Amino acid sequence: MSDDPAAASDPDAAGSEPAFEAAAYADGTVTYPPHAVSPNGAERVGTVDLGEREGRVVTWTTSTATPPGVRQPNALAIVEFEMGDGYDGPPVRAIGQIAERPDGSGEPFDVTVGERVEPVYVAGLREPGAGVREPDSQDWDGFRFRPTEE
Amino acid sequence: MERVAIVGASMTRFGQRDAWVRELLAEAGAAALDDAGIRGDDLDHLYVSNMASGEFEGQTGVPNALAHDLAATPAYTARIDQTSASGGAGVYAAWQSVAAGASDCTMLVGGEKMTHRTTAEATDVIASLTHPVEYKHGVTLPSFAGLTARRYLDKYDAPRESLGKVAVKNHKNGVDNPHAQFRTEVELDTVLDSPVVADPLRLYDFCPITDGSAALVFCPESAAEAYAPDGNYAVVSGIGGATDTHVVHERADPTTMAGVADSSDAAYEMAGIGPDDVDVAELHDMFTILEFLQSEDLGFFEKGDGWKAVEEGVTDRDGELPINTSGGLKSKGHPLGASGVAQLYEIYQQVTGNAGPRQVDADTGLACNVGGFGNCVTTTVLEGGA
Repeated sequence: MSDDPAAASDPDAAGSEPAFEAAAYADGTVTYPPHAVSPNGAERVGTVDLGEREGRVVTWTTSTATPPGVRQPNALAIVEFEMGDGYDGPPVRAIGQIAERPDGSGEPFDVTVGERVEPVYVAGLREPGAGVREPDSQDWDGFRFRPTEE
Repeated sequence: MERVAIVGASMTRFGQRDAWVRELLAEAGAAALDDAGIRGDDLDHLYVSNMASGEFEGQTGVPNALAHDLAATPAYTARIDQTSASGGAGVYAAWQSVAAGASDCTMLVGGEKMTHRTTAEATDVIASLTHPVEYKHGVTLPSFAGLTARRYLDKYDAPRESLGKVAVKNHKNGVDNPHAQFRTEVELDTVLDSPVVADPLRLYDFCPITDGSAALVFCPESAAEAYAPDGNYAVVSGIGGATDTHVVHERADPTTMAGVADSSDAAYEMAGIGPDDVDVAELHDMFTILEFLQSEDLGFFEKGDGWKAVEEGVTDRDGELPINTSGGLKSKGHPLGASGVAQLYEIYQQVTGNAGPRQVDADTGLACNVGGFGNCVTTTVLEGGA
């Protein structure tokens, strides 16, 4: 665990692949993305890497009217992570693009509600600067989701 | 605390307009002053509800521009931005200014100019309200609607057709609204066969991109008769504002809008009423699914039963609880900052008996204005003054 967000988001400092960084708080809860305090106001005590965890699809959509610099269509899912028996905080979820099939077709995987998925790192999720958000104001890499190999 | 009345109202035609934001605001503002029988220099406070005039057209400082155009200087001005709920937040600010005794006469003008942008660009300006971890994945407000609609239909075993019926109902209501962007009925099959925008939702599940403006004039209830000797005024009997999480996926139940529940609890308590006392409501149907979520979280129907009310005609104009008699955002259009003001324009017309062909039997009306995907909400209750 590290309480320095910069260390976790720097690929060189964190190893071969950036962390899928969630925040851990003094009251035992975990949130993604990190906030200043937990939902109950408890202070941050560290980070949790969601990159190695699996989750289940809560819901999904395929958006066809996408903004500038975003792939079209854009398949998206909300995923709830499996946090283990020791975790009793609120559900830890993330929204993310559904990964493309490895066959070069550019087609995303089909997913269903309840399906098991895992994060896969992507260096560029969306073209920085094509939309209104200032490119330097945020990261543009992150994690898509793909079905786990059963 | 002073009780606050609305004594004047106006809205421009909504749709694709040649006018820019400053001109749209002045058009609605001048008409509302006229409706209240006052001049710009009668205003102590002048608020403008607007989300993004800087981003859309490079025009900032619009409240001061409006004060000058309406000869309202030296009125105190402020711009209210609460994204799609800017209008409702403006109603809150205007109410507060009079209730607190800081102003004896306040005008609120909401407006937005959007249609000169492409759909992709306008969608991006609106999506800029999202958290960076959402924005980088290309998440848009319509995609939240698709994600939530799938969950809702699945969880409550609701048929896809029920969402389509919201669009059919609101388009039918819009036919009788001369200010509406769309004044044509649509068939259910047209809705269900329209192009997919965010699966399972299709084009006709979404409101259009719109230019337009709306305005309201507020004063203490004790002065209302002087402005409206004919009794054509309404009283803001309850108002509440609330927020929910910025990050949508962190909510405990994706099909519940806690901001709607919290803001309406406050509005009902102030008004001394409950949801059963509401005779007519304007809800924020930016997407058809939102009408179900709000009608449940406002307490009109049990959780998971909102779709049944639409199926049974309860929310039709001649139903037990008419919802979106104006045509809603769906057919009237959604000029972001204007929408929450235009909702109150409709409720004001309803509770004062001036809604013409759209008139329903209503003493008490409610408007629920939602920003983001339920991120920030204002709920207002109006009662007829006479």
